[in-house]
Amino acid sequence: MVEKQFTVTADTGIHARPATLLVQAASKFNADIQLEYKGKTVNLKSIMGVMSLGISQGGEIKISADGNDEQEAIASLEETLNKEGLAE
Amino acid sequence: MSFLNGIAASSGIAIAKAYRLVEPDLSFEKKTIKDSMEEIARLHTALAASKSELEVIRDNALKKLGEDKAAIFDAHLLVLSDPELIHPIENTMKNELVNAEYALKETADMFVKMFEQMENEYMKERAADIRDVTKRVLSHLLGVQMANPSLIAEEVIIIAEDLTPSDTAQLNRQFVKGFATDIGGRTSHSAIMARSLEIPAVVGTKDSTEVIQNGDLLIVDGVRGLVHINPTPEVVAKYEEELNSHEIQKLEWAKLVNEKTFTADQFFVELAANIGTPDDLEGVINNGGEGIGLYRTEFLYMGRSQLPTEEEQFESYKTVLEGMSGKPVIVRTLDIGGDKKLPYLSLPEELNPFLGFRAIRLCLEQQDMFRTQLRALLRASSYGNLKIMFPMIATLDEFRQAKSILEDEKQKLVSKGEKVGEKIEVGIMVEIPSTAVLADQFAKEVDFFSIGTNDLIQYTMAADRMNERVSYLYQPYNPAILRLIKMVIDAAHKEGKWAGMCGEMAGDEIAIPLLLGLGLDEFSMSATSILKARSQLRTLNKKEMEKLAAEALKMGTAEEVVHAVKKI
Repeated sequence: MVEKQFTVTADTGIHARPATLLVQAASKFNADIQLEYKGKTVNLKSIMGVMSLGISQGGEIKISADGNDEQEAIASLEETLNKEGLAE
Repeated sequence: MSFLNGIAASSGIAIAKAYRLVEPDLSFEKKTIKDSMEEIARLHTALAASKSELEVIRDNALKKLGEDKAAIFDAHLLVLSDPELIHPIENTMKNELVNAEYALKETADMFVKMFEQMENEYMKERAADIRDVTKRVLSHLLGVQMANPSLIAEEVIIIAEDLTPSDTAQLNRQFVKGFATDIGGRTSHSAIMARSLEIPAVVGTKDSTEVIQNGDLLIVDGVRGLVHINPTPEVVAKYEEELNSHEIQKLEWAKLVNEKTFTADQFFVELAANIGTPDDLEGVINNGGEGIGLYRTEFLYMGRSQLPTEEEQFESYKTVLEGMSGKPVIVRTLDIGGDKKLPYLSLPEELNPFLGFRAIRLCLEQQDMFRTQLRALLRASSYGNLKIMFPMIATLDEFRQAKSILEDEKQKLVSKGEKVGEKIEVGIMVEIPSTAVLADQFAKEVDFFSIGTNDLIQYTMAADRMNERVSYLYQPYNPAILRLIKMVIDAAHKEGKWAGMCGEMAGDEIAIPLLLGLGLDEFSMSATSILKARSQLRTLNKKEMEKLAAEALKMGTAEEVVHAVKKI
């Protein structure tokens, strides 16, 4: 299992479009991918799960991936977060 | 054949087949099943069908409305493949041996409830997304057709209970020939939208969605407020003839596009247009508008998830100012609240929203938002002839505060070396009776007045214009309203200022002779009304209309006034 910590920089936090982008990116992989925020963990392939966290700007999030393509998954999610200016 | 009576909301005649924008019956019974595998397969077939439908809708939205509006359908598509939604539905079917409809509704309702209970206004709205998606899947399970307005590909007349801004955003203007709705009045959103799209509409028919079926041949008569259902060939022929003569009339009016508006006795008045977005400019120019009398900026703020940035606003204002090539453009600062809400502002529900925290009241408190808009306006001002007006001003103090914030932003921009228009007129909307009564004092400080009759009438008559049961009190020709209008115009002229009107009344055939007689300088209306108003004004004699107006002011009822106008 691999995991990585990020700080949300998007001024709207992670809902609407950012959430859509993340879930789309996560859904491409076989690995189980979880998102943790304020002690709550949800499936990162679930749009409703991600939206239900209500992640706001400045929030600390942790993404963990478990499965055969876990490395690629984390790398791809990190790229999405950086490229879209969502978190670093 | 039969017909329905309603309110003529947008003039013209349309003949086409009915398209019901109505929710289908999605009721079902809870059933016990034998084979859960079969039921799970049914669910997945419905999910797949919903997905392909949504993909088409998404692609259409992307082409017509841009990425921003299409993004919502991307989110809907993700809901359809959300494992946290699908697995519990499958488990419910397996464990409880219930039908897919029931399992889907149970699970989705749980999520709807969860989102509804969240504190954030934006998250609460997501409950509606889940409901939308669930309905689509249910419709496929039940084998009923959902209305998919963005998929319309032939000429239709839309039948709906009411039309919301998001409904209209999805409609393809090319194919939608007219509207008929169950509820609404002349100033409801659907009516205003129909006029800006230049398509005939009849609203407030009460039961159009009850009696009209998909595919019925309809005639929407936006002149008389009638909807004919499956008319006889004779009736169709009669309307086709009228449609022709209307086209001929339009050609006559079109000759006036580049003319100035002079009365029969050579007095000049200005005819301007009300717009909501830069897209409306084309209509203004095609209809010979001499300016923009009201640019409703709230559309920039609506149908999105966050405030528009200064840059976005600047671009819109600049487009409009440049598009009007030096003709006056009056921009109304944000008028939100009342019936217009912005989910991302998280404003509390109010018992009396029309009398509540809205427009300038909101802007003076949420100054960051207000200042951003003013900066965008000031920066755009060097691209044309900008005038700024504040909505819902009730006291002189409110005007002074708003103006000093504007001056403050102006100084800051100038000191940074930004180019700002030299002479920007600053005026107010007169829509609150206190301001009309005290217009003589306001006139010393403002550069102009623009009378907003839709609100002025509702506040003067104490009658909610959204409430059909008191709609008889919406009386533009009531002498009480005419007297207030006179006070405003006289007060402006006494100080050497000008007075305009940007409510529905300014483009109204009966009101125009009265307003001319009262001395109104600028008439701002739906672009489509301009040429008709210009041709009417050319036949009117201002001196005579002054006499008519003076008589009307002494009358007791709106009926007497209408009678007097019709006699001329």
